[in-house]
Amino acid sequence: MSEQETKDKRGRAAPRNQPFLEEIEAKPFWANLKEHRLTAQHCSSCSHFRFPPQALCPKCLSSEFEWAPLSGKGKIYSHVTYRRAWHPAYQDKVPYNVSLVELDEGLRMVSNVIDCEPEKVYIGMTVEVVYEDVGDYTLPKFRPVEKKA
Amino acid sequence: MANISGKYAIVGMGETAVGKRPEASTNSLHLEAIRACLKDAGIGSDQVDGLVTNQPLNDAHRSYAVKIAHMAGITPRFATDIALGGATPCAMVQTAVMAIESGMANTVVCVHARKRATPDPTPGHPIRSGDEHWEHPWGHFSAVANHAFAAQRHMYEYGTRSEDLGHIAVACRKHACLNKNAAMRKPLTIEDHQQSRMIVDPLHLLDCCLESDGGGAILVTSRERARDFPKRAVSILGMGQHHPHSTMLDAPSITTLGGKRSSELAYQMAGLSPKDMDFAQIYDCFTITLMITLEDYGFCKKGEGKDFVKGGRIEIGGELPVNTHGGLLSQAHIEGMLHITEAVKQLRGNEVEPERQVSNAQAGIVSGHGGSLCTHSTLILGRGVR
Repeated sequence: MSEQETKDKRGRAAPRNQPFLEEIEAKPFWANLKEHRLTAQHCSSCSHFRFPPQALCPKCLSSEFEWAPLSGKGKIYSHVTYRRAWHPAYQDKVPYNVSLVELDEGLRMVSNVIDCEPEKVYIGMTVEVVYEDVGDYTLPKFRPVEKKA
Repeated sequence: MANISGKYAIVGMGETAVGKRPEASTNSLHLEAIRACLKDAGIGSDQVDGLVTNQPLNDAHRSYAVKIAHMAGITPRFATDIALGGATPCAMVQTAVMAIESGMANTVVCVHARKRATPDPTPGHPIRSGDEHWEHPWGHFSAVANHAFAAQRHMYEYGTRSEDLGHIAVACRKHACLNKNAAMRKPLTIEDHQQSRMIVDPLHLLDCCLESDGGGAILVTSRERARDFPKRAVSILGMGQHHPHSTMLDAPSITTLGGKRSSELAYQMAGLSPKDMDFAQIYDCFTITLMITLEDYGFCKKGEGKDFVKGGRIEIGGELPVNTHGGLLSQAHIEGMLHITEAVKQLRGNEVEPERQVSNAQAGIVSGHGGSLCTHSTLILGRGVR
């Protein structure tokens, strides 16, 4: 893609849309995802789960933590449907969902609900993680959990 | 701690022409705003000893305040940049007050200008707005979407509908139509709002602010010194800030924001309450921001914003005129600096088109809101000095 195509009409560059896999605090998060494991920092001192990754626990300032596996289950806290693309890579994806997903462990992530029409996503919807491999990294996304009859 | 309510005042204000300014640069818009402000105050650059700026989004320039000061012929003994997104302009005025109260300055200019409607070829590195790398990989790029999250949640919790938000867009446009220095001056209807294209569902195009070129500046000094200036001074009666989270991920709520605590602090300092406000200039990057802030500021109960914005109650002549200049939605988006200049004009009297003057305006409130709905600042201003 030429440089010209990645600029918007006001001459501003299109933003980078790949994650930063080498970010010091986040490196294990992305490495675990590559193995299809969704993890988060779990404070060894006060048991608080935190996200995005950071060095100290924001609740107790402890630097002791483990990368704990998450259930991958959660509920939609809020959701939107993008009807225009901010980035050339999403031009043919609109309309698409972006959601704030509240995981059962209490932490919140920005992600996409897939395998579902954007119009059918609702606040409180139960979702579970799916792993989307994109080249050298893996993105956690979510799909609706079928309600048992 | 001593209450400093009314101890400091705004004695000058300036605005540039807004909208599309292809001939101007970000730097030149700052200078234009400062010149207009000093002319209004009847002083020269040599009488200014403090400058507060904001690093432009297109130029992460270190010590920007010092650069602009010297470009404007000011040799400051106090200079700083404030970076709180849309909460910046109110926080600039608060910072000026703190500088004067501490003895570090006497006469401080707060200036904010933006060049967002047309390109600025001036060299510079853009500033990133926050934890974008935890959003972009999932196709989440915009401030619109973060506010759409809040709108969706407000609709879910309180039954607010898109049409309700439309009343805010219509009121701001109505006021912009009366303002010669407003970018959008064609009247709007609720139908126009409803039929405007969806940008990030549930927010339509007409729920979104403009992108603008332009600037504004405010001159702050002490109550004693204020008497030497030619125009009626406007007292700084109340100030507050509150920043309850840093991203959408750690927000305790996205339908009650920093405005609640920030306004409580400002009302407390001023010894005033919502019913004492003759107008409100409320940060309106999106219609939902304005609705949430009206609720957080105590003008109505949480969830009742949808009724409060109807029936002309927030229009000039109504119960609480809001954004009498047209706001970010219809006048221009200078990140709220023009909410402050407009409040000053309303409180001086005889400075705006007569049709949009709030009659007998004695006190008004101004809000600033920024980031991922995470920063908030409040000013309460009053007519004259006591």
